[in-house]
Parts: sequence; C-alpha cells; structure tokens
Amino acid sequence: MVDRIRSRTRGEAETAAPADPKDAMWQRVQLARNQARPRTLEFLRAIADEVIELHGDRGFGDDAAIVAGFARIEGRRIAFVGQQKGADTEENIRRNFGMPHPEGYRKAMRVMELAERFALPIVTFVDVPGAHPGPESEERGIADAIARSIGLMSRLRTPIVAVITGEGGSGGALAIAVGDVVIALENAVYSVISPEGCAAILWRTADEAPTAALAMKMSAQDQLELGVVDRVVPEPGEGAHAEPAETARRLRAVIVEELDRLSLLTADELVEARYRRYRALGSYTEVTAPPVAAPPPSRGLGDRLRDLLDPGRWSATTPPDRTRRDESPAPEED
Amino acid sequence: MPIKLPSFRPRKDAYPPDLWTKCPSCSEMLFNKQLDKADRVCPTCGHHFRLSAAARLELLLDERTFAERDPGLQSVDPLGFVDQKPYPDRIAAAQLATGMRDAAVRGTGRIDGRDVAICVMDFGFMGGSMGAVVGEKVTRAAEEALAERVPLIVVSASGGARMQEGTLALMQLAKTCAALERLRASRVPYLSVMSDPTTGGVFASYAVLGDVNLAEPNALIGFAGARVAAGTIAQELPPGFQRSEFLFEHGFIDRVVHRRDLRGEIAALLRFMRPAEAMHDNGNGNRSAFSPIGFLSSLAEKVVPEEITEVGRG
Repeated sequence: MVDRIRSRTRGEAETAAPADPKDAMWQRVQLARNQARPRTLEFLRAIADEVIELHGDRGFGDDAAIVAGFARIEGRRIAFVGQQKGADTEENIRRNFGMPHPEGYRKAMRVMELAERFALPIVTFVDVPGAHPGPESEERGIADAIARSIGLMSRLRTPIVAVITGEGGSGGALAIAVGDVVIALENAVYSVISPEGCAAILWRTADEAPTAALAMKMSAQDQLELGVVDRVVPEPGEGAHAEPAETARRLRAVIVEELDRLSLLTADELVEARYRRYRALGSYTEVTAPPVAAPPPSRGLGDRLRDLLDPGRWSATTPPDRTRRDESPAPEED
Repeated sequence: MPIKLPSFRPRKDAYPPDLWTKCPSCSEMLFNKQLDKADRVCPTCGHHFRLSAAARLELLLDERTFAERDPGLQSVDPLGFVDQKPYPDRIAAAQLATGMRDAAVRGTGRIDGRDVAICVMDFGFMGGSMGAVVGEKVTRAAEEALAERVPLIVVSASGGARMQEGTLALMQLAKTCAALERLRASRVPYLSVMSDPTTGGVFASYAVLGDVNLAEPNALIGFAGARVAAGTIAQELPPGFQRSEFLFEHGFIDRVVHRRDLRGEIAALLRFMRPAEAMHDNGNGNRSAFSPIGFLSSLAEKVVPEEITEVGRG
C-alpha cells in the first residue's frame, strides 16, 4: 500500500506536480472542484448495497443541493447526509451548484434526528463551495440553520463519521461535518472562507486566490496536521475524478472501519469525546501579565501642535510601555 | 509612534477627528464628549455608533460589579499566516490600538442585582474577528454560566471568523455551539445581543442561537459579507438587506432595542428567564426537581439500544 502511494507520488512528480507550492495548492483546489469528481450519491451508489433518499425539510421545501436518507454499507444500516453538486450545467442549476439554502440544512437535521431515534450511525459527505449567500438564503435564516445543525451534531447520541470529499467550504461545510471522526480524501480542501473570498478581503483582489489558498493551509494533509481532520484517504492515480470506483473502494474500507470502532462506544462516551474533540481545537496562550499597553489617550489638536513645537513634552505624555511588565513586574505592584 | 501632522490644506469637513465625529447617517457634526455621554448614539438621527468592549460593559452592568475572567488569553499564529503583513504584527498593532489582548472580554457581573456571565466583543480589535481566543472566551463564559447556573449574555460585534487562523477559527463555531447546547439542555438562559456588525461565522454560531435574540437598530447582521455575496452570485441586493429590521421582519430577532433601553430590557427578560435551579427555589416547594441531564440520559438509554453494536458488527 505504502509502496503504491510512493510510486504514485513519484509518477505525479514526473508529469504534472508544479514546483511552486502556490501552484501545487491551487492545482489541489482545482482537483477538489473538478466537475467529474464523484459526489455524495455517486459515492453511495458505489459503496452502499441499498440507498433510500428522503426529501423535504417539512417547513419550506426540498433543497436538491443536499441529499439525505438511509443506506446500507456492507450490512451496516446508516443514515447519510451530503451536499450534491451537479454533473452538468442542467443538473447544477437544479442543485444550485451544490450551495444549500436553509431548507437543505433543515432537511439534514431532520434526517439526523431520525438517525438518533432509530439508533443509526450517521455518515456525512461534505462537498460544498459554501452555503448559498443570497437574499433568499438570509431571509429564511441560513445562519440559524447552520448554527442549529452544528449544535445538533455536537449532541447527537449516535456515531457520526464526516467525510470531506471535495470542497469543505466554511460554515456551509461544518454544518454537516461535526463528527466523532473527520475523514478527508487526499485532494479535498477545507477552509474558513473560499480562497477567492479571502483574497478579496485581505488582498483586495480575487486574483490572489492561489496565494490565499496556500496561506490558509487548505489541503487535506495540512488539515490533518492541524488536527481538524483525523484521517486522510489517498486517492488513486490522478485523483478521484479519474478513478471513482477505486476511490470509493478505499473510502468504503475506512468508513466501515471507523463505524465499527465507534460502535463499541456508549452514547455518553461518544458525546463526551466529541465535545472534547472540538473543545480542544484552536491555539492560544495564556499570559499572566496585566493587559497590554493602554491605548494612548486621545489627544486634541492643541496638544499635537504643542508636541510639534516642543518635542520634549511628547515623551512625557506618552504612556509607559506596560508590556514590559510581562518580564519584570513593577515593584509598586507587590 | 508616528505623529500625525495636521494638514494645512483647506478641506471639506476639516474638523479634528478626535474632537468631532461626523454622523455617517445624518452628516451632523457631533462633539465627541457629548456623543460619549449619549452612549455613542447620534442625538439627531439615532444612529448607533460602535461601542468598545469597556463602554459596553459599563453600559450593561451594575456599577463596579464586573470581574474579568481569563484576561491573559492571547492568540498565537498556528498557520504562520502572512497576507499583506504577518498575522502576529496585526495582533500586535491591534493590541496597541485597543489596549485589549483580543477581540472579546469576558467575566461576571450583575444586571439589576442579578448575577450574569457575560462576554462582550469589540469590533475595534481586527474587526472583532473570532479566532481561538474569542471562541475560547465565549465557550468558557457558557461553561461558567452552566457551572454557576447564572444567565449568559453575549454581545456580538464581529465581521466573522478570523481568516488568519484558517479552519481552526471555523472550528470555534463548533466549540461555541456545542457549549451552548449544554447550556440549553440544563435550562440556563442565554441572551444574545447583536450590535453593528454581526456577520459570518459569529452570526452563524453563538450570536443567532440566543434563547432570546436582541439587536441594536440598523446593525449590519448577516451570514455572507457583501463582498463574498457579490463574488458568488450576480444578484442585486435589496435595500435594507442584512439590517436588524430585515432580520426582525423575517423572524430571527425577537426585539430591536435602542441602546438606552438595552440594559432595562435585558433586566426585564432575566426576570422571566431564570436558570432552572433558581426557579425551583422560588417556586412552590413541593414541585419535584427536574434534572435535565438525568432526564436526557435516561431518554437516550431508550433511544440508543444495544442494536447499535449489532449494526456495527453486522
């Protein structure tokens, strides 16, 4: 297995892999977005013996950008939820390019609650550019749907395996990606904002998207190192789009393995471990020093003019740099 | 520190900005000291200026009751993120400008004599963006509210998740929502106050999840920032889109509250929404105590039978 991966990476290096890390990352983003890449239903058709799709959020409608229902994988009954992009323009229009509206997430929640009630483990397939950002989405409460879905998944008393298969686009992805274990396909990406969006904000031009993609460490391997993803499943050959059957076979093996592992835990253990998994994500330090330097008091025009004329006064009015206390506490503090 | 030289070029609106502020809504020139006295609300048109975390705490809490918790939490740079300048430089600059360590302050205090756990955001610190520190403070505030059984109040002012921390910032959505679910299960109230702006990942996590959601008038509140939306969909955005009143109209905000009434409204709500334990103390003594956690786990034993392992092995 390892040999095969090695030989494949070598093969890639000979043909396509660009030397520039920015180009390499951007190529990965393109792979994750490849229109021929298998999506939720294609994966399920390949790995499941039985698939029953359920429809509708019971409040507004049925969002074709999210599919959900029941499936049987190697004899194990599960509930599934996943985003579904279209394979061609026509299907993409029907499925809104895989960008769910609030009713999509509410359908997902409905099915996940069913799963909990009937003791079915949940497998989710994440492949989404982002939740639909338009006015209809806001009107019907996309933020509310996402937050509630995240909250629901954090407390469901049944195992959850989340698989990032393509684009893990921000909150729209996380809304169905809170799991006991998070798996990513090798060429999947996961990010807090689309690289175009990040570039538009931080670089003021969407043209810097490849730079933003690299800076955000979007690749599956990077996410594994950050602890956001627990396992990366290698893709065969040029990627999942080129060899969907082999990709599905590898994915099935990992999903089944994780389902079996999680099935040994009690509901209490699952929920507690899941809470702790997300509780621990994010890095910060805790310093025991007083707050950083106070902001300089806002000074009037008159003060500024006096400063200009008499620079000696300037240093006198500048507040002392209190950050220095971090090293040596001032004696009067004792 | 660079000295900003006063310009001698004749300019329109050439008022010293540290003395006067021009109201962006009605263009009235407002004397800063008077604006501060009016809680930074334009006396002419009622435009709500953004409040610093310190001013917000002073506005909401009983005098001298605030005790800060976790003041030492500080961001690190997990990705080695560099855009036009390195992330640590941005943090340092924001710290110098605001005197804060990160974009949120949390602690305990009292509102109308009632103990609360409170977390307040400050847009002045990197656009109030939520990285690990903000997520941690909100989560700890929720956990403290749960442990002490006191109401939780979070005042949001944020552009969303902090891009410089990548998916680790995104994971703060999961962290905070999970903590709030526990709070909800234990019947401890949570009031979310949204101020200008509350967008992106902050809106799509703890800000929207209040048992009661309050918002200041005309605050920008929405999921996708205008720049992101414009880049994704070619669609004209309707006027008033993503403002408090728009969200109110569509049922996601309970009340749009003028800043001068905010404290009173929160106090009034808290009189109705008491943490479960306190309710038993004040109720008639013979009511049997309801234990939500015990109830939920007993429910779950029925819900998740052993069959689950059979499915797994099957």
